[in-house]
Amino acid sequence: MSAAEEVVAEGHETVEAVPKRAMTLGTTTSLVVVAALLIAPVFVKNFIIFQMTMLLMYGLAVLALNILTGGSGQFSLGQSAFYAVGAYTTAVLMEYFNVNYALTLPIAGVVCFGFGFLFGQPALRLSGVYLALATFALATAMPQLLKLNFLEHWTGGVQGLVVTKPDAPFGLPMSQDMWLYYFTLAVTLAIYVFSVNLLRSRSGRAFMAIRDNEIAASSMGVNVALYKTLAFGVSAGITGIAGALGAIAVQFVAPDSFTINLAISLFLGMVVGGVGWLPGSFVGAAFIIFVPNIAEGISKGLSGAVFGVLLFLVIYLVPHGARQLAILGQQLSGKLRKT
Amino acid sequence: MELFTNQVLAGIATGAIYACMALAVVMIYQAIDHLNFAQGEMAMFSTFISWQLMQWGVPYWVAFVLTLAFAFAGGIAIERILFKPLAKAPILTNVAGFIALFAIINSSAGLIWDFTIKQYPTPFGSSPFLGSQLISTHQAGMIGVTLLLLVALYFFFQYTRIGLAMRAAASLPESARLVGINTSWMIALGWGMASAIGAIAGMLIAPVVFLEPNMMVGVLLYGFAAAVLGGLSSPFGAVVGGFLMGIFENLVGTYIPGVGNELKLPIALALIISVLVVKPAGLFGRHIVKRV
Repeated sequence: MSAAEEVVAEGHETVEAVPKRAMTLGTTTSLVVVAALLIAPVFVKNFIIFQMTMLLMYGLAVLALNILTGGSGQFSLGQSAFYAVGAYTTAVLMEYFNVNYALTLPIAGVVCFGFGFLFGQPALRLSGVYLALATFALATAMPQLLKLNFLEHWTGGVQGLVVTKPDAPFGLPMSQDMWLYYFTLAVTLAIYVFSVNLLRSRSGRAFMAIRDNEIAASSMGVNVALYKTLAFGVSAGITGIAGALGAIAVQFVAPDSFTINLAISLFLGMVVGGVGWLPGSFVGAAFIIFVPNIAEGISKGLSGAVFGVLLFLVIYLVPHGARQLAILGQQLSGKLRKT
Repeated sequence: MELFTNQVLAGIATGAIYACMALAVVMIYQAIDHLNFAQGEMAMFSTFISWQLMQWGVPYWVAFVLTLAFAFAGGIAIERILFKPLAKAPILTNVAGFIALFAIINSSAGLIWDFTIKQYPTPFGSSPFLGSQLISTHQAGMIGVTLLLLVALYFFFQYTRIGLAMRAAASLPESARLVGINTSWMIALGWGMASAIGAIAGMLIAPVVFLEPNMMVGVLLYGFAAAVLGGLSSPFGAVVGGFLMGIFENLVGTYIPGVGNELKLPIALALIISVLVVKPAGLFGRHIVKRV
């Protein structure tokens, strides 16, 4: 069979075509969720507040992957590398240059945006498994690069860096954890709104056109190279901000926290939350934070197997992730209203 | 120059490991169109089965054959029970399924056989091969088996009815169904064969890297990389890719200063990516043309 005869059947894309309206929550639902997130910390212990902070941060990182994969149809296993760059940028700025923690976030975002944008250039020619391999290489290289001798002065080598946790400003009567939670919540909301608007904008439409059919998009006048690298840049930038927040919350960065396992977790988070459904990112984040703990609780020796079984259960019940539940809920409430 | 030849030889010897695994990767890719992340763990589990059989006093070759049968049946069972229900789910959901399978097999093997490193016998002996210090008879045997497998696969796909049916089911499932091929079972068969080839790879690799639940993680990565380099649609390419990968890795370690064991993989991967940028379908892969 000659190469030209081989034709891939239509409707067999790697990433589902999710229409942009289906990517977000309705206004009322969003407001209720935000209100719940605002009030919740008052009623719970510090440890749970800390976990909620982690949830928001991982949620941001999953959201970033969702923009890249669900939005522009590019697959990445290299998110842990961008996360690491963001975390280290913040740690170095705070510890060596005494920059205020809030100011390090935009810097980490910009640094990672640049890094992702540049990485997107050679990755342009690759797609599918090939892109996965390229990003995977980045993820495996990152911890080793951070350990390199000539960077050790800045990165602290294997030992990593310790980061000081910020106090609540203006003498607000809040614990450090609670302040950090509200700070993270504010950043998360800002980025979420930005992402939703990005996907509704001209650029977002260009991403989705590329996702659904690259050749068709380019013949409609979409600058494929620009928008593909842009998607990489935006995704890396948001991941970097998540990493920066992570560094502040955990108060510690070390090369071995940013291995390929982190990238795989983020990927699982995206699948569980629903590829292309932005609010699902936070559901997915909850899955990757809590389910390993639950698995450990059920059986210490077999925690990996229990995690695997739980993951299988989830993907059997909802192969399209939490998005499927949301659609179901919408249909149900629609029916109730009619009767 | 002698250093160079020696390193290339040593590279071919390690490359045989990757080539073996890459064959299994290509096999499953042909059948199901994605990379199976749990492939290495399936191979590891089969290798443990053969080790257990030998512990119970079964001779090597009997254990070998029994393990192949087990791996073949196990591969089919995994497809039928776990992945057939996911056939209509999105591809990324399937990938998550592979990761889940990986976790399940790895963790169970750890519980059954614990994480201590075990010796594994070789049927070829480990004396120097033809007086060369760099390649042992085991490694030579491994290269031999890999090439033999490749030839056998070639004949299977080119000259048997069922091989033809599998190729048809993989390239145009719709049309294959219309001419009466049971494509669903062809996928299961692909899983079984990939699992069996993986078991062979595992049993050949175990004497070199030693037997433990995490033995295949590194090998699988190199196997993936080799398969991608050679072109995912070509078993021949996978084997060539495996050998190239071994040679790359060794030369990088020798000639680039400051490259420890840990930077070898990233550099080898970076090299592969530069190859892919020039030839996006791999060295021997077919270009896939899409209809708009």
